[in-house]
Amino acid sequence: MRHIIAILMENEAGALSRVAGLFSARGYNIESLTVAPTEDASLSRMTLVTRGSEDVIEQIIKQLNKLIDVVKLIDLEEVVHIERELMLVKIKTADKMRDELRSVVDIFRGKIIDVTPASYVIEMTGTSDKLDAFIATVDKNSIIEVVRSGATGISRGEKGLHL
Amino acid sequence: MELNGAQIVIQSLKDEGVEYIFGYPGGAVLHLYDAIFQQDDVKHILVRHEQGATHAADGYARSTGKPGVVLVTSGPGATNAVTGIATAYMDSIPMVVISGQVPSSVIGSDAFQEVDMVGITRPCVKHNFLVSDVTKIAETIKKAFYVATTGRPGPVVIDIPKDITAPDVKVPYHYPKKVEMRSYQPATTGNKAQIKKAIELLLTAQRPVIYSGGGVVLGNGSQELIELAHLLGYPVTQTLMGLGAFPSTDKQFIGMLGMHGTYEANMTMHESDLILAIGARFDDRVTGKLDLFCPYAKIIHVDIDPASISKTVKVDVPIVGEVKLVIRQLFEGLKDAKYKIDKKAAETWWQQINQWRSIQCLEFDRQSIAIKPQYVIEQLYQVTRGDAFVTSDVGQHQMWAAQYYPFDKPRRWINSGGLGTMGFGLPAAIGVKLAHPNADVACVTGDASIQMCIQELSTALQYKTPIKIINLNNSYMGMVRQWQEFSYESRYSHSYMETIPDFVKLAEAYGHVGIRIDKPEDVRAALEQAFAMKDRTVFLDILTDRTENVYPMIETGKSHHDMKLRVAIGTTTDRELS
Ligand SMILES: Cc1cc2nc3c(=O)[nH]c(=O)nc-3n(C[C@H](O)[C@H](O)[C@H](O)COP(=O)(O)OP(=O)(O)OC[C@H]3O[C@@H](n4cnc5c(N)ncnc54)[C@H](O)[C@@H]3O)c2cc1C
Ligand SMILES: Cc1ncc(C[n+]2csc(CCOP(=O)(O)OP(=O)(O)O)c2C)c(N)n1
Ligand SMILES: [Mg+2]
Repeated sequence: MRHIIAILMENEAGALSRVAGLFSARGYNIESLTVAPTEDASLSRMTLVTRGSEDVIEQIIKQLNKLIDVVKLIDLEEVVHIERELMLVKIKTADKMRDELRSVVDIFRGKIIDVTPASYVIEMTGTSDKLDAFIATVDKNSIIEVVRSGATGISRGEKGLHL
Repeated sequence: MELNGAQIVIQSLKDEGVEYIFGYPGGAVLHLYDAIFQQDDVKHILVRHEQGATHAADGYARSTGKPGVVLVTSGPGATNAVTGIATAYMDSIPMVVISGQVPSSVIGSDAFQEVDMVGITRPCVKHNFLVSDVTKIAETIKKAFYVATTGRPGPVVIDIPKDITAPDVKVPYHYPKKVEMRSYQPATTGNKAQIKKAIELLLTAQRPVIYSGGGVVLGNGSQELIELAHLLGYPVTQTLMGLGAFPSTDKQFIGMLGMHGTYEANMTMHESDLILAIGARFDDRVTGKLDLFCPYAKIIHVDIDPASISKTVKVDVPIVGEVKLVIRQLFEGLKDAKYKIDKKAAETWWQQINQWRSIQCLEFDRQSIAIKPQYVIEQLYQVTRGDAFVTSDVGQHQMWAAQYYPFDKPRRWINSGGLGTMGFGLPAAIGVKLAHPNADVACVTGDASIQMCIQELSTALQYKTPIKIINLNNSYMGMVRQWQEFSYESRYSHSYMETIPDFVKLAEAYGHVGIRIDKPEDVRAALEQAFAMKDRTVFLDILTDRTENVYPMIETGKSHHDMKLRVAIGTTTDRELS
């Protein structure tokens, strides 16, 4: 199963490589990984998307907790949560196709943020599934470039992941 | 007090209570060596190879429970230490390794003797640090010792760039009494609800067994384990790493389990309906084939590291906590419990176990004209009255030492189990002897293993650590040869060394006593003679039966009830009980 794990870790040099190293050494799979500072400068927050059986996920969480730099983590799969990913897509646009593409972007609540006579850059956020769905609807041959941030997530309600 | 970085390192070690540093100098640590020169509170032991430093510190740690301390230079000094760091990591041994690093200003430029020590050791340390500022040295050292010695112990590396220890930069020195780390809080007592469940299972079991491991040694839980086992009256088996925590001469002890465990221990595990695992990690050498592991048993698992629990074998009652505290909780709970152990079931169970015992799986040919390695270990046991510290290398000799020297105390049996590092035994023995100058220290080794750190014979002379090296010389990498005999139709590919040195002359060249023994009747006298020479290191080169094998053996892919025994006893049928 797919799990989104949110990790608060000490904002130390090398902390990221400890997580990445753990996953490669133990043969766990990483689908995506994002890191950025938090409102507390001493902490950074990482969101990691991985897949595995329940046993493997249990080990992943235990092994992550064992890293000295990891302060706290949560498996968002265990709680009601919101997941978002940002995607930027550059698409070739033939004249006739422009209107149609614009309406698809609207349906997906995307934005066109750069326009040239022959291309659009589209910005879109949503669950990873939704971004996949958008990509599936546009003509493969028209796609010039896709960049995705990897998923991030947060739990619903008033409780938060902090110290 | 204002000190420079090098002085802060040494003063911190002193304030931490460090007795010995095992090390080897080089460019990046010259400031540190200068600081060592100017004091004599912390004694430095100069080894002959950095691997030796780590194993000696490791032997010191295993035999005392105190952390071992190592100092090496950058680059090759640091990489030479890696094998010993990984050895300590796999067996959860507390160790602090200080490595020099090139100056901060040139890190990352492929400077002379630069390696990314923090990167190289990341997968084989509990944690590591790169010190970036002289004002952070003391706190980092405190943290390193705290992390290395608490929770599940392990090695910690502190990499210190040369400029950080420079003599001209002085800062105020203060060694913290305590550190707290918000990201690291080791477990203590076990969850009460889980303890209750465990007690219920312990009281209702029909065929229970206690499977205890290295965690009981590491957590100093030996006394508690003995009391619990005696209260319950259940059979006790131990892993290679656990030996000694429960006395081997106690009648409840049924021997080591696993690949080279006893017939009775493995059969007991296989047929049991309840396993109480304490400080053991269900290693593959212990479990054999996982889908066939203990098919009838419920499992209670006590371990301080949640990641050890249900890692390879799913357990029914996980208890995260310190062995000492959790065993006490179990003990109290059992004493207060309303109902009592099923005495009748226990009696039947013991009858069955004693029947397995009667096979005497460790018997060997006592009439042999060649020296049997098992006989040598038995004699070693007698000559040292079972009270020696025994280190070993890796191979058949290691298994024979474990099988034929019944350890009655924890921290007496010192060996590399998890990594299985040849070369461990000799330097480890030096570390043990430094910590226990009045005790008998024997290193049981093999003709191949001893050559991996033989240079430390020189260290043993310099620091007058009179150890006794028992070289079970079969002119083979015996353990490799055995596998080739069983699984590769005796094609002995590169497991034979055609040019084994004259170990007697070699010992003498290093300034020690060397004795060669080639007849069984001379073994006893030679051992007595060696241990009588209180102030000399003695190398006993004992020419043993070259093709002897270690039995019992569970071959790869087999399970506990499917053992290869020395004497065939017919197939051991499953469910003999029912
Ligand atoms: C040639 C060779 C053959 C071998 N054959 C065998 C064999 O036949 N049988 C065998 O048993 N082994 C054998 N081994 C050793 C094997 O590889 C493992 O090293 C060993 O089985 C592990 O022992 P353990 O389970 O006790 O765990 P250890 O490695 O000792 O781990 C200790 C466990 O206790 C936990 N712990 C630590 N401190 C505490 C505490 N304070 N409180 C609670 N828990 C704590 C740790 O988290 C860990 O899970 C062999 C090794 C070699 C080299
Ligand atoms: C550093 C290292 N290299 C290789 C091995 C693999 N290995 C395990 S046992 C063994 C042979 C050991 O031979 P010896 O020391 O003579 O002991 P014996 O088995 O003959 O008693 C080897 C090569 C190892 N454990 N460690
Ligand atoms: Mg040999």
